[in-house]
Amino acid sequence: MADHSHEHHPELGFWRKYVFSVDHKVIGIQYAITGLLFLLMGFCLMMLMRWQLAYPGEALPILGSLFGEDKMPGGIMLPEFYNQLGAMHGTIMVFLGVVPLAVGGFGNYVVPLQIGAPDMAFPRLNMMSYWVYLMGGLVMVASFFVPGGAAQSGWTSYPPLANIASSGQTFWLLGMVLLITSSLFGAVNFITTIIQLRADGLTFFKLPFFVWAQFVTAFLLLLAFPPLEAAGFMQLMDRLMDTSFFMPSGLVVSGEVLQNSGGGSPLLWQHLFWFLAHPEVYVLILPALGIVAEVIANNTRKPLWGYKSLVYSVIFLGFMSFIVWAHHMFITGMGSFMNAFFQTTTMIISIPSVIILTALIFSLWGGSIRFNTPMLFAVAFLPMFGIGGLTGLPLGLSASDIHLHDTYYVIAHFHYVVAPGTIFGLFAGIYYWYPKATGRMMNETLGKIHFWGSLICMNGIFLPMFVQGMAGMQRRLYDGGSIYAHAQETLDLHLMIGVSAWLMAIFQIPFIINFFLSLKKGKAVSENPWHATTLEWAAPSPPPHGNFATEPVVYGNPYEYSVPGADKDYSPQFEPTQTTPPPGEAEAQPAGG
Amino acid sequence: MSEAIPYTVDARPDTGLNNVKIGIWLFLASEVMLFGALFAAYILLRVGADEWPVGSEILNVPLATLNTVVLISSSVTMVMAWASLIRKDFGKYRLYMGLTILCALGFLVIKYIEYSSKIHHGYLPETNTFLAIYFTLTGLHGLHVVGGAAMNAYLWGPGAKMWKTAPQQFINRVEASGLFWHFVDLVWIFLFPVLYLL
Repeated sequence: MADHSHEHHPELGFWRKYVFSVDHKVIGIQYAITGLLFLLMGFCLMMLMRWQLAYPGEALPILGSLFGEDKMPGGIMLPEFYNQLGAMHGTIMVFLGVVPLAVGGFGNYVVPLQIGAPDMAFPRLNMMSYWVYLMGGLVMVASFFVPGGAAQSGWTSYPPLANIASSGQTFWLLGMVLLITSSLFGAVNFITTIIQLRADGLTFFKLPFFVWAQFVTAFLLLLAFPPLEAAGFMQLMDRLMDTSFFMPSGLVVSGEVLQNSGGGSPLLWQHLFWFLAHPEVYVLILPALGIVAEVIANNTRKPLWGYKSLVYSVIFLGFMSFIVWAHHMFITGMGSFMNAFFQTTTMIISIPSVIILTALIFSLWGGSIRFNTPMLFAVAFLPMFGIGGLTGLPLGLSASDIHLHDTYYVIAHFHYVVAPGTIFGLFAGIYYWYPKATGRMMNETLGKIHFWGSLICMNGIFLPMFVQGMAGMQRRLYDGGSIYAHAQETLDLHLMIGVSAWLMAIFQIPFIINFFLSLKKGKAVSENPWHATTLEWAAPSPPPHGNFATEPVVYGNPYEYSVPGADKDYSPQFEPTQTTPPPGEAEAQPAGG
Repeated sequence: MSEAIPYTVDARPDTGLNNVKIGIWLFLASEVMLFGALFAAYILLRVGADEWPVGSEILNVPLATLNTVVLISSSVTMVMAWASLIRKDFGKYRLYMGLTILCALGFLVIKYIEYSSKIHHGYLPETNTFLAIYFTLTGLHGLHVVGGAAMNAYLWGPGAKMWKTAPQQFINRVEASGLFWHFVDLVWIFLFPVLYLL
């Protein structure tokens, strides 16, 4: 609808074209590559932790000598270093890996294409958001090299521990402020783009589900992150200006009463942190859900089952995510009334999640499914996310949470949501949109090795953690609980998890090879290799600056596959051939049901 | 530099808004959440405190009242600046925008006097939680004043070249800057009673 320019764009120099680009596709790829590198880095930190847990107190061969005496004297990991690894693994994976890949990468690349726009609404703001993100990431990583090392208080940075931690915590806070600023720029840009730059005929209920997911995600980023930024400022004040927002009076540390003005509340941090960090969970999962919906609709060759209920669910989910945060705080002594309130809202928020998952499963019904690599990841997402979601219910009920709180059960639960859940969704997206971004297909054989290896190893890593957690193993012990009598029976599982983790690493190698090899050797494709219906497949592969050769016009619903009477099994949104039933009717009955 | 999207000055027919206006309102929504979290922290700390100083006994209420007047006046001149552009009177725009910037600087000077007398009397952020939240809230607000003044100064000086080349886009920019400026005023209107009077 906006005035698109389709005249010839002058050729840009190298720096403008690939580094300081304002093109949403280049920025999306920058985000995606950076996010993948940070994922790899977070994964490596985890493997060091798993080594320590599998062989507590034993020297790490070869690698151990690289880390220096202050971290690993004689190759044996110090507890402080283990804590740094834990805190930074969480932070890097969530804030530097998954969100930038899912929102910055996929959102930036795909959303303008799927709504038929030539670019984002504010291209230069878009570029700025990437560079601020990168700066935040570098500040975070730099904290490993300051005296005392990186942040050690877990990814949640609970005070008062975080207030008195070494200077790495200050870096952590500065990094977070930068990351939050970056995501704020991104969120403003996404929402404006989706509202303003939709192509002619693309009403809100004709948007692909992925765009809806990104739309809701952007609102979560916009409204949930600033409270953590406020909390970050306050913790910075506490650390640098000796205030005591989060420091109670008379705190005893190492046998001495701390001299601070007092009167602060450590719980205040928890409220502000979880007011961000619960919606953050949906920031992680919603883009992945969107990708999975796209891939499933495309590869079952059927309309998504219950498109409208998916959209309403995702909106409701976004709204509810703001009033469930204190279910992370059941054992802080909020009182049973507050617990009951947050327990109820938590049970309510599971309803839209179940609706979405059910609709996606129903979408498989009666389809002639193509099991290519993106589809394998998308289909595997469903049970993995299902396990993650269902195991969350006991944590959302305050009675059972008392036993399970801060055990390995929690780790297993949220990793099922985020690792085999979200990251599988993101892998599906990489395999699915790779031909659009590069003009070449990824190799299917390597893709399938990557998929099956990852699927098996993911479960090898996280399934045993449910057992350990229910046995009462605490989550942040650097010796993995080996000094606790009640944990003895499940200690062997650490070895199994460790082996699975290292195998998992090996199974990522085919992916990395595939990613680079296919740039040159992959099968060249035309604009619509998957025979898909949404708008991004109307643009050339890879799309030029400005995206579309002619301004696209939208005629139909996003997922018109196997329309009766049509001459082919898909009727793209951008082709006027199909007969369009009003939205909501076509997907009301499952085909073949 | 080639822009893929030429700037559109007209509102999109079905939303009735232009891009800049949506963008600035979304940004302000996030600012509401930022200051909202700090106000919530203030309430929680005050409710949980054994004793809480009375703001008017520590802080300088007359100076803050003067600052309130200065800031509200600057909102008025900001609107006048924008309205002058609508009437295509660039000279008046320069005048009113200049007054807005001067008011912002005046606010900062008065704030500096307040701060330095606090520090002189040994009232530091670390003294108690009330002063901690006082310095955090007014400090963050002060940074917003600096940001808004810098933006307005740009629109007064080098940014005003756009009045010749793309007048409607320039008006939209001034309007967005004005919306931000009113927000900064609004925050102060909340800060003043909460910190000084209650």
